[in-house]
Amino acid sequence: MLTDITIGQYFPGTSFLHRLDPRVKIVLLFALIVAIFAFDTPGAYAALTGLTLCLAAASTVPMTLLFKSVRPLWWLLAFTFLMHLGGTPGEVIARVWIFDLTWEGLVKGLFLCLRLVLLILLSSLLTFTTSPLMLTDALERLLRPLRCFGVPAHELAMMMTIALRFVPTLIEETDKIMKAQQARGADFTSGNFFRRLYSLTPILVPLFISAFRRADELAMAMEARCYRGGNGRTRMKEMKIGRPDYAATIFVVLFLATLGALKWSGI
Amino acid sequence: MPIELKNVSYTYMPKTPFERTALSDVSLTIREGSLTALAGHTGSGKSTLVQLLSGLLHPSSGAVLVDGADLSAKGKEAKTARRKVGMVFQYPEHQLFEETVAADIAFGPRNQELPPEEIERRVRAAMEFVELDYETYKDRSPFQLSGGQKRRVAIAGVLALEPKYLILDEPAAGLDPRLRASILRRIRRLHREKKLTIVFVSHDMADIACLADRVVFLHDGRVLLDAPPREAFFAKQEITAAGLAPPESVSLLMKLQAAGLAVDAAAFSAEEAAAHIQKALTARRKGGGRPC
Repeated sequence: MLTDITIGQYFPGTSFLHRLDPRVKIVLLFALIVAIFAFDTPGAYAALTGLTLCLAAASTVPMTLLFKSVRPLWWLLAFTFLMHLGGTPGEVIARVWIFDLTWEGLVKGLFLCLRLVLLILLSSLLTFTTSPLMLTDALERLLRPLRCFGVPAHELAMMMTIALRFVPTLIEETDKIMKAQQARGADFTSGNFFRRLYSLTPILVPLFISAFRRADELAMAMEARCYRGGNGRTRMKEMKIGRPDYAATIFVVLFLATLGALKWSGI
Repeated sequence: MPIELKNVSYTYMPKTPFERTALSDVSLTIREGSLTALAGHTGSGKSTLVQLLSGLLHPSSGAVLVDGADLSAKGKEAKTARRKVGMVFQYPEHQLFEETVAADIAFGPRNQELPPEEIERRVRAAMEFVELDYETYKDRSPFQLSGGQKRRVAIAGVLALEPKYLILDEPAAGLDPRLRASILRRIRRLHREKKLTIVFVSHDMADIACLADRVVFLHDGRVLLDAPPREAFFAKQEITAAGLAPPESVSLLMKLQAAGLAVDAAAFSAEEAAAHIQKALTARRKGGGRPC
């Protein structure tokens, strides 16, 4: 069913991760992602994996839901693994066709896959614990310094917000139009590719018309409320950085510093 | 044969944090030839119920039977049963898409793969029924018509399917009083002349009173009251729970009753109310000016 789709996979909750400031979350996520690529010792991997699992547990998001977000990248993972397994020179375990499968390749492949999985898990933790609207707000705030280089931070964020706001509306609309046409005997699921494509006209035409109508109405409504871009706009809900945010930041900095220290001291 | 709902429940997005039960354990029978009104406030499950009736949703538990055939079953019998039910959605004009009015109305019959002559006959008949002149309107673009005309084209598009049961979700929503009256008049004609069994959703008690022979109030996914309108309008508690107001004529007469005039409150139009008041006043004068 179309209405069963959830957008941006936000999982409502009140955990520590949910309560963190979205800006802090984005910056810390970025730092951790850099760390995943910078530190490649087994010890660092163990520490990062441990941290990710702890965060996942703390987020109260069901593990099955989290791992579902890894599933679409299954092919990428398998491909990466096989490439390394067959393409790394070293001690040969087996030979398949023209490829030498090596012990080194096996280890490297596994570690790279672990890296990717951690990457996906951490990023999905962000989207699971932050509503799409909070994310765009945070992005706008983070992009603001780039305005002097001509990056239209506010406009970009507003576009994203509007798009996100209208995705559920349009899905609902699509669902309604589909049902209305189905009630008139439309069939979207049989026939060959072109026939199916053609059978989408009764959905797409009304959907486009309604999207344009909504766009028009929204533009009018925004203008009627004197919207004129981001300059000098204040917001009702100011984002505030509080004690948990400082705590989280200090923790991540110390965590990364420890990993760095271990790396440079050669462990 | 009727449409029967047997212990029907429906849950949206089961097993997620967004799970919501729209209908729980509803049993209803829509008799053939009846004109049933469905009422209830937003979120009471009306829209879910009409979609279940037309086979667009399948119940999470329970069954919807049209002339004895289960709508959620697979196979030919269920398909024919689904075809017997025509469904007019809220704001049906939003589903128009063809280049001409005639082509849009013909969409349904075309999907049933009827012969061209039969399609044309049905389009003509449907347009005639909604009072759009075939020759004048058939080649116009539906997008150039006025709101009321668009709605009539959309309704004609469902009528062209020649359903046995017709379900309308707020057919008069957003229309001005004149268009509203003309749509309601057409619904009554469909019922009387074409012998269609009709179910319609409405918030307007006056509309319900003048059209329906039975009204079903829904509240929180359950049937709150199921009675002829004339009885239903005096069930004050249920009416309030369903988020409706009794027709203005009834509330006026009830106020008069409370003020001591012995008047019959079952009046559903201004004329009827006036007649009742007159009768009550005459009776009072004859009775020597004694209230009640």
